[in-house]
Amino acid sequence: MTEQPHKIRVVVAKPGLDGHDRGAKVIARALRDSGMEVIYTGLRQTPKQIVHTVIQEDADCLCVSILSGAHNHLFPEIMKLLRENEVSDVLVLGGGIIPPEDVPGLKQIGVSEIFGPGTATFDTVRYIREHVQPRA
Amino acid sequence: MTRNSKRPASSPTRARTADPSHDRWEKETLPKSLEKMPERRKSFVTTSGHVVERLARPDADAEPPERIGYPGEFPYTRGIYPTMYRSRLWTMRQFAGFGTAEETNARFKYLLDHGQTGLSTAFDLPTLMGYDSDHDYSRGEVGREGVAVCSLADMEVLFDQIPLDRVSVSMTINSPAAPIFAMFLGVAEKQGVAFSKLNGTLQNDILKEYIAQKEYVFPPAPSMRLVVDSIDYCMREVPRWNTISISGYHIREAGSTAIQELAFTLADGLAYAQAAVERGIDIDAFAPRLSFFFNAHNDLFEEVAKYRAARRIWARKMRDEFGAKNPASWLLRTHAQTAGCSLTAQQPEVNIVRTTLQALAAVLGGTQSLHTNSMDEALALPTEKSVRIALRTQQVLAHESGVANVVDPLGGSWYVEQLTDQMEQGALDYFRRIDELGGVIPAIEAGFFQREIAEAAYRYQKEIETRDRIIVGVNDFELEEPPIEILKIDPALEKKQLERLSALKARRDAGVVSRELGRLREAATGTANVFPHLLACARAYATLGEMMDVFREVYGEYTEEATF
Repeated sequence: MTEQPHKIRVVVAKPGLDGHDRGAKVIARALRDSGMEVIYTGLRQTPKQIVHTVIQEDADCLCVSILSGAHNHLFPEIMKLLRENEVSDVLVLGGGIIPPEDVPGLKQIGVSEIFGPGTATFDTVRYIREHVQPRA
Repeated sequence: MTRNSKRPASSPTRARTADPSHDRWEKETLPKSLEKMPERRKSFVTTSGHVVERLARPDADAEPPERIGYPGEFPYTRGIYPTMYRSRLWTMRQFAGFGTAEETNARFKYLLDHGQTGLSTAFDLPTLMGYDSDHDYSRGEVGREGVAVCSLADMEVLFDQIPLDRVSVSMTINSPAAPIFAMFLGVAEKQGVAFSKLNGTLQNDILKEYIAQKEYVFPPAPSMRLVVDSIDYCMREVPRWNTISISGYHIREAGSTAIQELAFTLADGLAYAQAAVERGIDIDAFAPRLSFFFNAHNDLFEEVAKYRAARRIWARKMRDEFGAKNPASWLLRTHAQTAGCSLTAQQPEVNIVRTTLQALAAVLGGTQSLHTNSMDEALALPTEKSVRIALRTQQVLAHESGVANVVDPLGGSWYVEQLTDQMEQGALDYFRRIDELGGVIPAIEAGFFQREIAEAAYRYQKEIETRDRIIVGVNDFELEEPPIEILKIDPALEKKQLERLSALKARRDAGVVSRELGRLREAATGTANVFPHLLACARAYATLGEMMDVFREVYGEYTEEATF
């Protein structure tokens, strides 16, 4: 008998005031179809609510979809709250409309990768599989 | 009248015999229209020197079937005007807004200077959600995706030196449409422009927010009440104003198919008409001021068919089901915007080509006004240069392509007519399913539209990933290339807006503000039209957030179940 492999748990979060949830929903479904456990937060979540969900759900990965242009405000908030709550083993990814020149700054604060428009969902799936921290 | 279109093709040089329906159209419908809207030229000619006939039609032995008919006549499949763009080109209306009112006012003037013929206002997300710039939720979002408008003071700056009696203004605002429109009316008062002279459009389409764009604040029932209040008020006070722009655009952007866009949008339109009729308003008193807003996507002929089917369905519903007697009530007038969701971040210049094809679809479909997206919009808000190219795209179509010289050039194409019939049938099938769920609002509450759209969006993405659908530059013909120059919003603008707001709050008469907000609360709780009270609040410089908070207290807030 081999042990059941741990299902990767992903929180797909949608902060910001906009309602553009097409991308978040497509990625949530693609991750679920690839065998991951997906929790979708729904719209207009504050960084505090998002980090709370990550902790509650014991997530391995957090995918944040931002199309409102507020990424340089929202990501630092989320990363700060994760640190304050001593969450260091969660893979944080971003998607949406994020200009390329903002990417290095986001990576510097701990966002692992940004997936812009046109990314194939299987690329995101593969990235998550390769980068989540193995469970003890 | 209806005939089988399957007949032998005839020589174009064959002489026409009598064609009574065409003769009738030329005698009855055309002259009235030409009198009001003369054609732009005495005659239109091709590059080879042939005179372009106004309307191509079946040969002499066949009359057009009733479902195709003639332009400017029921059921308007071929267009709402007999001469269409031969008389008046579509309105070129680029959606614009960013930063504070000053930046957007400057962009408006830039667009008008470059030949744009109407304005279209994009508000920032806090404004769209009814929060002032100084609200906690607004941080980082002020002026990012549109212009921040907190009060009449901002609105005054936004339309500074823009004569509202001459320039038509469209405002994309939904949940807070009523208070924002009250502020706009406040500016008209300051400019000394009579409300009866105002021309423009309020999006004010809350149903598609629940369905697709998700910028709702209140539950559906009070939201519908505010919409009907605005219909009722405008009918009496602002008679030339388009009270709702019933929008398929956002439904399509959220991932729907063309048929879903058509069906859900028209279903929303019928729901508004029903709500106003239930309030006791005569259909002919408000239907002529309902307008539509459709997407123009990549599949050229399907898009054209969508516009043609939309007009036919609406005309029949209005005349035959709502009993509208005024032909103006039967007309589906529409704005169109090229598909933002079709733009690629990869090789962005190629988006100019996509946008051109989509704009062509809207024009061949007979739109009344058009926004063309800019090539850089998969990356950011557009730069001045990219907006200019987008506007130039429309100008090339209008002045160089020849498509504006003839009415409904695709009418009678077997393919396009067949597609038009299919689109119509598809929409009617959806109407039945919506009816079975109890109507639009129960269907929203059951998550029906949301599921249909999410399903279609996922299917589309899968098609791209399996390469059943090729997107140039994304899953084929890829290329590494340096990034293009994009527009940056100065973060200092948020600070400037906050300072302006706090100065306003310090200088206005707080007693008057609180008195008017109190009266607004009374109206919102009762059944009186809220508009006169919103106008009084706006004049007193009450903020958008303050007015919306009154409604939030009275009506509560709506949330949807997070499903995917």
